[in-house]
Amino acid sequence: MTPVATPFFFYMLSGLMVVGGLFVITRRNPVHSALALIVTLLAQAGLYLMLYAPFVAGVQIILYVGGIMVLFLFVIMLVNLERTEKEKPFNKQWLVGIASAVALGAMFVGVYVRGRALLPEHTVSLPEAENTQQVGLMLYGNYMLAFEIASLLLLVAIIGAVVMAKKRI
Amino acid sequence: MIPDYITSYLDKSVRVTPGEAGNIFWALVYILCVFGGVSLVVVCMNWLERKILAHMQIRLGPMRVGPHGLLQPIADALKLILKEDIIPEGADVLVFWTAPLIILLAVFSVYCVIPFGPTHAITDMNIGLLFMLGVSSLGVLGIVMAGWASNSHYPLIGALRSSAQMVSYEVAMGLAVVSAVLMTSLNAQGTGTLSMIGIVQAQQAQQTWFLFKFFPLGLVAFVVFAIAMVAETNRAPFDLPEAESELTAGFHTEYSGLRWSLFMLGEYAAMIAVSSIAITLWLGGWMRPFPHLLTGQAWDLAFSLFPALTFFGLAGLAFYAVGKMWAILYFRVQAIGLAGLAAVFGLIGLILLLRPVRTGVQDIYWFVAKIAVFLYLFIWYRATFPRYRFDQLMKVGWKVLLPIGLGVLVLTAIAGVIFG
Amino acid sequence: MVPITTLHYLVVAAALFVLGVIGVLTRRNVVIVLMSIELILNAVNLNLVAFSRMWGLHGQIFAIFVIADAAAEAAVGLGILIAFFRNKETVNIDEVDLLKW
Repeated sequence: MTPVATPFFFYMLSGLMVVGGLFVITRRNPVHSALALIVTLLAQAGLYLMLYAPFVAGVQIILYVGGIMVLFLFVIMLVNLERTEKEKPFNKQWLVGIASAVALGAMFVGVYVRGRALLPEHTVSLPEAENTQQVGLMLYGNYMLAFEIASLLLLVAIIGAVVMAKKRI
Repeated sequence: MIPDYITSYLDKSVRVTPGEAGNIFWALVYILCVFGGVSLVVVCMNWLERKILAHMQIRLGPMRVGPHGLLQPIADALKLILKEDIIPEGADVLVFWTAPLIILLAVFSVYCVIPFGPTHAITDMNIGLLFMLGVSSLGVLGIVMAGWASNSHYPLIGALRSSAQMVSYEVAMGLAVVSAVLMTSLNAQGTGTLSMIGIVQAQQAQQTWFLFKFFPLGLVAFVVFAIAMVAETNRAPFDLPEAESELTAGFHTEYSGLRWSLFMLGEYAAMIAVSSIAITLWLGGWMRPFPHLLTGQAWDLAFSLFPALTFFGLAGLAFYAVGKMWAILYFRVQAIGLAGLAAVFGLIGLILLLRPVRTGVQDIYWFVAKIAVFLYLFIWYRATFPRYRFDQLMKVGWKVLLPIGLGVLVLTAIAGVIFG
Repeated sequence: MVPITTLHYLVVAAALFVLGVIGVLTRRNVVIVLMSIELILNAVNLNLVAFSRMWGLHGQIFAIFVIADAAAEAAVGLGILIAFFRNKETVNIDEVDLLKW
């Protein structure tokens, strides 16, 4: 299927992402930040679809938006104090923080300007219709060890989170 | 040029869904049809639920507003539209306003991939099932937002309980779905598919509904999904978060009028959506019953008469009710209205007897008939089962359904290797 | 219009990364710091998937593992936050300054 109106969708989705990111770091109310992060993650899933990675897009929506953000919203409601709304949102070192982030951004710009000739122009043909099958074959083939370690990691994380959030162990 | 764009989709010998063909016009037409159909079914469900619940409880239900209460949904809708829109003090207005919209968005996005026939879907993604699972998990966010934005403790507790319940049963749903997808890979190439149309075509190729495959594994997976889908939609017996005697309507306590009706629309639409997933995965989608056992021209003809027979049956019921109402003078006007409705049903039945209409409507009719069976089951559960307490609910979700789902998955994989 | 190349995606990912770093370094609320960390991880994911368009599926596999890792880290981080909040009743990151309280 030939893609249609690609620049329009790219600019719209990446604009949504950047605006969402801005709202995440500037809102005073953490629930508004969480909602802005949800918008960012959904826009990112759209960008994954444009990059011919539908399986990663699906995993992003199920895990990130449907799992992690629900967890964040739960915890925000548990620790939501009224006085956090009246405190200052930014801490004492905000100037140093922004300066170092701008320096980081300048470094990125420098790397991209110098190295743009190194990016090859060809794109690998990834047939979108078989993306899930190929990802599955690679996950259970080349990356079997990493897969098992990831499942062990998730088990440890579950036990750790349950133990830490309990009132009495 | 423009009519060519429209008609070029109609006369191709091998057709695909409009989304796959890139045809925006026909995709919009299908979207409007699906949206209109779902809204019509939600309106009918309102009346059907109250009537069926009432008859199961040996009472009559709404009888006053129209003949046998048939105009009750319209009266309800008018009442809700005309109610005052109250926003509680201290509520976060933006979040309060967007919460029902997010739930509706999440639920109606699921309808994009539901196949009513081999080409009768809005689109067919090759990750269709993953998309549906992901988008239906967006509904949890809307509920949490609704509960938090109401700035009151009953909605907050109801929202937290409801989202905990939905997240828990999503895991069981996912496992049941994976074991159904595993069954699609038992073909010559050895690769399965996540696309909804592909799953029904796999059932056609393997000549069995996945419900009966590797008996009883398909049945157990279907039962796990059926229980989890009732919990996902917050319906009885898992409706603690919105029960009136427990939490004064839970997360939608502070919503009044038209906003509350958006929640109800979302709940009924979610019921239809998860029923469609269950039908596509286990019950053969749009296939008529016994397509490979009872084959031949005669059986095809007999099964193709079912849509017309359904409408004739409905018309017959309505005429019988008219007959009983005619004797009482007070009900004459209502009887005339009901007779008009019966005549409309009869006319639709006659149209469905014509051959081109008959063959074109087969797939859609069997799919909708299976959805109707599922919706009746939902209402039946509500009338029959007592409500689960919240800790019992979580215990069932994690300690009963999750191990059974895992066991079915492993056994299906073993059976697939041995018999596939 | 200029056709969208990989560089466009890398620039968007870099912008998101810088925003996440600003969020981590300048906010006081622990939950918002954790959300900025999620922003950083997503920027990395976008980079990986953009590169996988050029060099095969490995980038997408790596991205899936990063998402699983982010889930584990968010769960553990929020568990720590809850345990801390139960003891000290604050979500201000400046007040997490004693090893024992």
